[in-house]
Amino acid sequence: MSDNIPKDDITGVETTGHSWDGITELNNPLPRWWVLTFYACIAWAVVYWVAMPAWPTLSGHTKGLLGLSDRQQVDQEVAKLVNSRAPMFAQLQATPIEMVSKNKELFQFAQESGRVAFAQNCSTCHGAGGQGAKGFPSLVDDVWLWDGSIQGIRSTLQTGIRTDHPETRFSQMPAFGRDKLLEPQQIADVTQYVLTLSRQPADAKAAARGASVFAANCVACHGAEGKGDPTQGAPNLTDKEWLYGGSAQDITTQINLGRGGVMPTMSQRLDPATLDALAIYVHSLGGGT
Amino acid sequence: MLFKNHGIIERNSMILLIGILLVVSIGGIVQIAPLFRIEQTIEKVEGVRPYTPLELAGRGVYIREGCYTCHSQMIRPLRDEIERYGHYSLAAESMYDHPFQWGSKRTGPDLARVGGRYSDAWHVQHLINPRSVVPESIMPPYAFLEGREIGIKDVVDKHLVAQTRVGVPYTQAAIDNAKDDLMAQADPNADSEGLQARYGGKVTVRDFDGDPSKVTEMDALVAYLQVLGTMVDFKSYEPTKAENLR
Repeated sequence: MSDNIPKDDITGVETTGHSWDGITELNNPLPRWWVLTFYACIAWAVVYWVAMPAWPTLSGHTKGLLGLSDRQQVDQEVAKLVNSRAPMFAQLQATPIEMVSKNKELFQFAQESGRVAFAQNCSTCHGAGGQGAKGFPSLVDDVWLWDGSIQGIRSTLQTGIRTDHPETRFSQMPAFGRDKLLEPQQIADVTQYVLTLSRQPADAKAAARGASVFAANCVACHGAEGKGDPTQGAPNLTDKEWLYGGSAQDITTQINLGRGGVMPTMSQRLDPATLDALAIYVHSLGGGT
Repeated sequence: MLFKNHGIIERNSMILLIGILLVVSIGGIVQIAPLFRIEQTIEKVEGVRPYTPLELAGRGVYIREGCYTCHSQMIRPLRDEIERYGHYSLAAESMYDHPFQWGSKRTGPDLARVGGRYSDAWHVQHLINPRSVVPESIMPPYAFLEGREIGIKDVVDKHLVAQTRVGVPYTQAAIDNAKDDLMAQADPNADSEGLQARYGGKVTVRDFDGDPSKVTEMDALVAYLQVLGTMVDFKSYEPTKAENLR
């Protein structure tokens, strides 16, 4: 380049040599702080390549002098977390589950672990407070389809309900309507009868006809008085708690379709100590017996 | 000095052109070259298989409805994510995903391991009306999926073939029997022997949406959600083995 670069008279700064209508462009250098930052970034990149996993190679990638690995780090962090909980979990597992409430500190630990596990794993179906929803049982009352004792809840968590676990809890209400086991008229009659069981207003004549349908089809599980049987997961029909709704229409739909929910096998997802804590927490929400 | 002689480059268009090509190709190589070695980034694990036709149809619904705009499918190797969602995602788990559904935006929760977490009935109820089971949810309802039958012809004639074009190892038998496999997976009374022979014994065969009379997009979407994150056999996977470290 030539040495006689034109300079702007007023500022004394070199111009680019371009001129438009007599207006010239100043060739101000980049600010020093900017240039230095730029070079520092380049230098940092080189340091990073050397220190951290960076360049691909034919057989993998450069490991870096620090030898860091995200997966190794997280493994250590999780292990640290597990270790910090280990003593209390060990104590929890060593204590018979019914006796945990006797030890105040242990009970509090179980309650807190259970609460967290519940929020992550159970609240989606059973509600944030365990209140349940249509088709998803409420856990805050003392009405339980299956065993509501602390051991019973632990067992439900272990095997699930209607899962592929070999010891799963299982019950199946027939789809009396869909599978044409009963005539529509019979279903209408037995619906009226079921309404009378929970002392709801019903058509007395239809209910009387429905009584014989109930006796022939429903008593094996729900019992002669409709009080249900928690050993086989048959709900009590005489109370005010309904899983799929207690109106005439809801009851008819259920007799038609015989729905039954699936509770996942939580033992495939959570460790035994967490399941203990969960059972204790859920029992405290509203355990039965 | 190169800086002092920069004017030469700027004043000769051919030299400038060659310079630009050089610089751009460096950028290109840095981005493209690692893709040729992508096999090395995929962990060798047991259990990951291509999606069944029904799951693939469900995946199509998932993409069509834009589920990915609110749900990621990528559990990062961070302690808190592992606590909440389970084992961090492996590259192997999305090796048959074209396109992948990783994402980084979570308006809803991550779905990488949602499979098996909730019951089918919950998924159906939740898709029909999210607020009936999760009162605080802001997810839109997808009740119409229940009434829409799957575009079986598209899945059978096009989607599986398209997946093979991008490297998913569907066998010819899998393509030929796609329709039977699709119908068999949604019908617990059907003969699912062929389906299980082609996709493994762990394939779940159920009536996913609770309506056995037809195979709907609801069946497909629930089948897809229920398989997410369940394929890898973590019992045979060693996370701290040198080749599995990243």
